[in-house]
Amino acid sequence: MLTALISRLGQMVLVMFGISVVAFLIFFATPGADPSARIAGRNASQETLVQVRHDFGLDRPLPVQYALMMKRLFISRDLTSFVNRGQKVVPTVLEAIPITLSLVLGAAVFWVLGGLIVGVVAGATRGTWLDRTLMILSLIGVSIPVFWLGEVANLVTQSRWHDSWLFSWVPPLGYIPFTEDPWGWFKALVIPWFTLATLYIGLYGRVLRASIIETMQEDFIRTARAKGIGERRVLLHHGLRTSLVAFVTMFGLDFGALVGGGALLTEVVFGLQGVGKLTYGALQTLDLPMILATVIYASFFVVMANFIVDVVFVFIDPRVRDAH
Amino acid sequence: MSDQAKSDPRRNDAQSSAAVAFPADLKFIPIMDNSSGGQALVRSRRGAEGPWRTAWRKLRADRAAIMAFGVLVLITAASLAAPLYARHVAQSDPFATNLNGEIVIDGQIRQVLEPSTEGLGLGFTPLGPTWDFGPYMLGADNQGRDVAARLLYGGRNSLLIAGAAALICLGLATLLGVVSGFFGGLVDTLLSRILDVLWAFPIFLLAISLSIVLITQSITIGPIEIRSGSLWLPTFIIGIVYVPYVARPIRGHVLSLMQAEFVTAAIGIGASPWRILLYDILPNVITRVIVFVPLILALNMMTESSLSFLSIGVQPPDASWGTIIQDGQGLLYSRPIVALAPGLAIVITVLALNILGDGVRDALDPKSSIRVV
Amino acid sequence: MPTDKPLLVVENLCVSFRTEGGAVPAVSGVSFSLAQREILGVVGESGSGKSQTLLAILGLISSPNAVVTGSVRFLGQELLGLKRRALDAIRGRQIGMIFQDPMTALTPVHTIGDQIIEQIRAHERVSRAAARKRAVDLLDAVGLPSPDSAVDRYPHQLSGGMRQRAVIAMALSCNPALLIADEPTTALDVTVQAQILELIGRLRNEFGSAVILVTHDLGVVAEVADRVLVMYAGRVVEEGGKGQLFREPLHPYAWGLFGSIPPMHGPRPARLTAIPGSPPKLSQMPQGCAFGPRCTFRHEACAAQPALGGAGGHRSACFLPQDGRQDLRRTLAGRAVPA
Repeated sequence: MLTALISRLGQMVLVMFGISVVAFLIFFATPGADPSARIAGRNASQETLVQVRHDFGLDRPLPVQYALMMKRLFISRDLTSFVNRGQKVVPTVLEAIPITLSLVLGAAVFWVLGGLIVGVVAGATRGTWLDRTLMILSLIGVSIPVFWLGEVANLVTQSRWHDSWLFSWVPPLGYIPFTEDPWGWFKALVIPWFTLATLYIGLYGRVLRASIIETMQEDFIRTARAKGIGERRVLLHHGLRTSLVAFVTMFGLDFGALVGGGALLTEVVFGLQGVGKLTYGALQTLDLPMILATVIYASFFVVMANFIVDVVFVFIDPRVRDAH
Repeated sequence: MSDQAKSDPRRNDAQSSAAVAFPADLKFIPIMDNSSGGQALVRSRRGAEGPWRTAWRKLRADRAAIMAFGVLVLITAASLAAPLYARHVAQSDPFATNLNGEIVIDGQIRQVLEPSTEGLGLGFTPLGPTWDFGPYMLGADNQGRDVAARLLYGGRNSLLIAGAAALICLGLATLLGVVSGFFGGLVDTLLSRILDVLWAFPIFLLAISLSIVLITQSITIGPIEIRSGSLWLPTFIIGIVYVPYVARPIRGHVLSLMQAEFVTAAIGIGASPWRILLYDILPNVITRVIVFVPLILALNMMTESSLSFLSIGVQPPDASWGTIIQDGQGLLYSRPIVALAPGLAIVITVLALNILGDGVRDALDPKSSIRVV
Repeated sequence: MPTDKPLLVVENLCVSFRTEGGAVPAVSGVSFSLAQREILGVVGESGSGKSQTLLAILGLISSPNAVVTGSVRFLGQELLGLKRRALDAIRGRQIGMIFQDPMTALTPVHTIGDQIIEQIRAHERVSRAAARKRAVDLLDAVGLPSPDSAVDRYPHQLSGGMRQRAVIAMALSCNPALLIADEPTTALDVTVQAQILELIGRLRNEFGSAVILVTHDLGVVAEVADRVLVMYAGRVVEEGGKGQLFREPLHPYAWGLFGSIPPMHGPRPARLTAIPGSPPKLSQMPQGCAFGPRCTFRHEACAAQPALGGAGGHRSACFLPQDGRQDLRRTLAGRAVPA
């Protein structure tokens, strides 16, 4: 068990290394352009270019450039932006993380609950109008671009019906720290949460329904029914419990992906200064050091989430537990 | 059993000895000379049907999928008709700014960009939708361009990029998955590791990283030069980022096919590897790839619109549904139609693709057919 | 051994499935009755409808396309069409069921102890600890080694034979009056098969249960059954006491069946006979007697559906005259000897 954990940790480090290399190569070794010009940003002066070349060791071989870059990202953490002169990139990213986490955690609560309800209800009422309605709604949810849904939500709650009793409580766009005003934090985030969760409620509801329907055909469900325990217990204690394995895997991966930049569009639309919004701002000004930092930090979140999923998996699926 | 069924003398023997105990009029009917006697006397309800025909019959019976397909055809046709619309209905160039344009509505001359009546009266508000089949049916954007015409042109690019990227993605993924699964060994290990890293890389950030680097400058690879504003850039980027999503399951499928008994049998009778690849593996992989087509198309549509919305996809003056939403963001509260219309177009197209995807999967996936026992 | 009052009476049970190609009958007009403490063997090839018959008795056919008609009375109570709650009071408590494949019959994410406890506590108001104690005792009774630790094991940690014992322990956990076993030994090794059969035979003596044992293995039936039902293509073609039926089978299908296994006594045939052809597909059932197309003795009358008939509790569904059937059967057996 312990050796399995260690070998998995080793794999994680390897994948992180791989990702950092890919990100590095994309920014520093793409053919056809001078990386120093990219890093320095739009319309950089000649001196800036020279300084960039020196700072990043661009006249030295690629492995050295890579090592220098990693050192500045993780050890000295003194990577600075050239667009916003003097802005230290790494602390800025670290400050933005709580906002992204607030957004993604809250949305996760919505989508796990929503996905469970939709999946179980549709799976249990397979073939009825309720099932069909839920599945059509889920499919629509899966087909809406999140940034557009966010704009529609803003249009409704900030402009068109903002003065009605329904949405007059909605604060202006932006983030309110939890430590300052917990209720305000909730009010500011509840619409972004729902917007971000819509896609995943549809996705998880569909996957869970399919999984439950497949599980309910299994022999052990027949055994459970033959035991004379009610259908509700058969569905939840045997059907759902067995289907949860797939559900948890998906959750871990999606959660990681969202913390690691997937929530970018939601943050942009709702004006939340999270990691994604930071990346977006950097995109607008072509602030490459910032983009590099957010990309690498974000990918590490994803890899870490994958690792946590693997560990949690061991606890929910006894078959995996013994496979090691 | 055939021994018994075929040898007539013995059956006669049985009849003659039976005649001892039974009335002579009891004539036994010989068993049909057929290995499956039980079915020999029965009309078969339907002739043998190939898997493709079965799939096609199922798909045709799926009304939702057929309707979705119809919707997609309509959307594609409308997009293709964009130049006709621009010339004859909108009567303006949807790519040229038209800041001082004027138009006659209900006998009144109106400016395309009217001075704003809200706030301090600074700035302009573009013309709202006229809802008449004519110029500015959906109003104007902040540069005075016809939104409806741009919507059709944008649809062209969105569909084109999604389609071309799907071709790239599925082609590449099938190649990698089949090569990796079929040849195994070092090739497999190497390809799998690369796919693993790409898989772990947040898809969206990968697309963003590639876009930001490639879109800032034009790149030259050998004789090919790709301009920074070229549609090929988002196409390639979107085509590449989803390769692991398709390649990994295809590799797994090929691996399981290699273990299947019909492949073992083919190896056993001495079939060459190429024959096995062409006749046993590929036909089975193709169905799996086809199931992916609508889903990847839907995914590509979404990704393209997101990248374009972040201004790292389709570059101006070209339009796509994503860039039009981006254009409409500033007008969201005054002229919401500019952002709403392309968004609705995306939702309808992606929804149709997803419904079609469900239908295709149900038709091609044998697991979904009714099991009697 | 069997007492007079029937435990289970099945009358005209029919199961069919709606498919794209029309209704497909899986079980057609099956009737039989079972006395207390009786062991009934049901034999037939796969697809003969024996499993569907059992599942229909317990209301376990879950397909929305299935149509089940007829009557199943357990201790006088009609089971078909019973409300789920009333059915659940009987299933697991008065009727236990053992399934064919022990590998897939247990929920993989719960320990076998939890699964047995769940059944006990669904039917009796006992504490978890008491239920657990009984689970351990049951596992011990069915011969699972070290039941104290086995109770906390997950299904995948046990071998096939062990799992089948756990399934049997679960089926017995509420002392059912009737145990229904659907090919309980098919998926197991031969040595384990013998042990499981012995266990099932012991059930009647120790737990006083009646047993319906479905199998395609005649040896299994010969070993434990009191009475035998032979099924073909969804119908009962022959029914009788084990001794009678094995000594003088009446239906040509049964002749084929017995001809295909080596006899226990008498001279060994040089070659075993096989029934020509294969069973009909359910969707392509022949007109009249379903066995007709494979029957050496088919004649004009066979174009109609034969009814179960005969005397002395030994009945068959065949148009051949009652007298002289054994002579006919011998002509079949004789042909197995090479000239």
